[in-house]
Amino acid sequence: MSALRVVVYLNQFFGQIGGEERAGVGPRAFPGPAGAARAVQQALGDAGRVVATVVSGDNHVAEAPEAAVAAILALVAAEQPDLVVAGPAFLAGRYGVACGAVCEAVESRLGVPAVTGMHAENPGVALYRRRAHIVATGADGARMLDEARRLVALGLKRARREPVGSPAEEGYFPRGVTRNTRASANAAQRATAMLLDKLAGRPVTSEVPLPDFPRVAAPPAVRDLGHAVVALVTDGGIVPVGNPDGLEPLAATRFGAYPIGGRGALDPGQYDNVHRGYDTTFVKQDPHRLVPVDVARELEREGAIGKLHETVYSTTGVATTLANSERMGREIAAQLRAARVDAVILTST
Amino acid sequence: MTPVAVMVGANRIVQAAGIIHPLGNADLPPEEEKALRRRIVERALAALRTEVVQPTVFGAGADH
Repeated sequence: MSALRVVVYLNQFFGQIGGEERAGVGPRAFPGPAGAARAVQQALGDAGRVVATVVSGDNHVAEAPEAAVAAILALVAAEQPDLVVAGPAFLAGRYGVACGAVCEAVESRLGVPAVTGMHAENPGVALYRRRAHIVATGADGARMLDEARRLVALGLKRARREPVGSPAEEGYFPRGVTRNTRASANAAQRATAMLLDKLAGRPVTSEVPLPDFPRVAAPPAVRDLGHAVVALVTDGGIVPVGNPDGLEPLAATRFGAYPIGGRGALDPGQYDNVHRGYDTTFVKQDPHRLVPVDVARELEREGAIGKLHETVYSTTGVATTLANSERMGREIAAQLRAARVDAVILTST
Repeated sequence: MTPVAVMVGANRIVQAAGIIHPLGNADLPPEEEKALRRRIVERALAALRTEVVQPTVFGAGADH
């Protein structure tokens, strides 16, 4: 196979332009391997040639990422690479985020495979691991050649369109992709083997990793509820009769926004419930058992809250993916924020 | 379900009256049921007034 054309992306430090004082420099390309790209060339050996090194300052990319990535992309595209290697960025945060953005853009806009490397705690991992192949590295460049070899090994496989193994086999961060494979034993046999390993105190690795719930900082307390707008939100599946938004009974991808129009109570005859994860008999009889409009209206009248928001948000929280939950939560929050809502009571079943 | 709410990181959690009717109880007479609902919502308002730094469960609302 002919040697692959490789472009390396580096920041100002690893590109040997300068330190923090040069972090504002814009993207530029150097012919051949410059700075840390020499380690990539060494790792490539005869398999590939670093035709150019593209370097940009960390602050330049962090401050105007879209324009900077577009400029970087133009420099990369001009070299017609078969593979792009970004970093590794180790534990350098701005650099890691830039490497992730460059890899994503190179793959999605140029259709060229890209790899990068970072330490697990680099913020670039959380931001880009689903959209880029990020090899796990140490915290600093002490083992640069070793790390470059691992990036290059994965990069070569991808550039040659060879099958890429699992994250554990290849050493990159899980991208959240589920792939069918043929197992050597059936599920009962594997489960039994796992149980025996567990009883014997041997290490056990689950085939179903639990989702990692990112911590959300607690919003500050609402000091003066007497002047606050309070909204009611539920994942309990209430819908107007006829389910006008087509809310899914499970695995929801949608939510509904339903005006209550100043009414003091919800009329059971106007509402239905599509949630398929619990017995909805009682909340259909009286929707207030799910969405407490009646008492919220009383509390509004008494001044305990400033105002009840006139729109109730609803979705079905059953077998809903974490990704869809996060997206719907963000979208509902954006609408509530735009409506100047101060606090939310979310009722859940 | 409050342990699930804690696990996923909800910050202010009020225990309500049950999965099939979180803010009610069909076994109670209507006035008592509404009073129960009001206590749970008032507890939610108290939670909103309280500073928290981690998932916190506010009282038991299942007094039915």
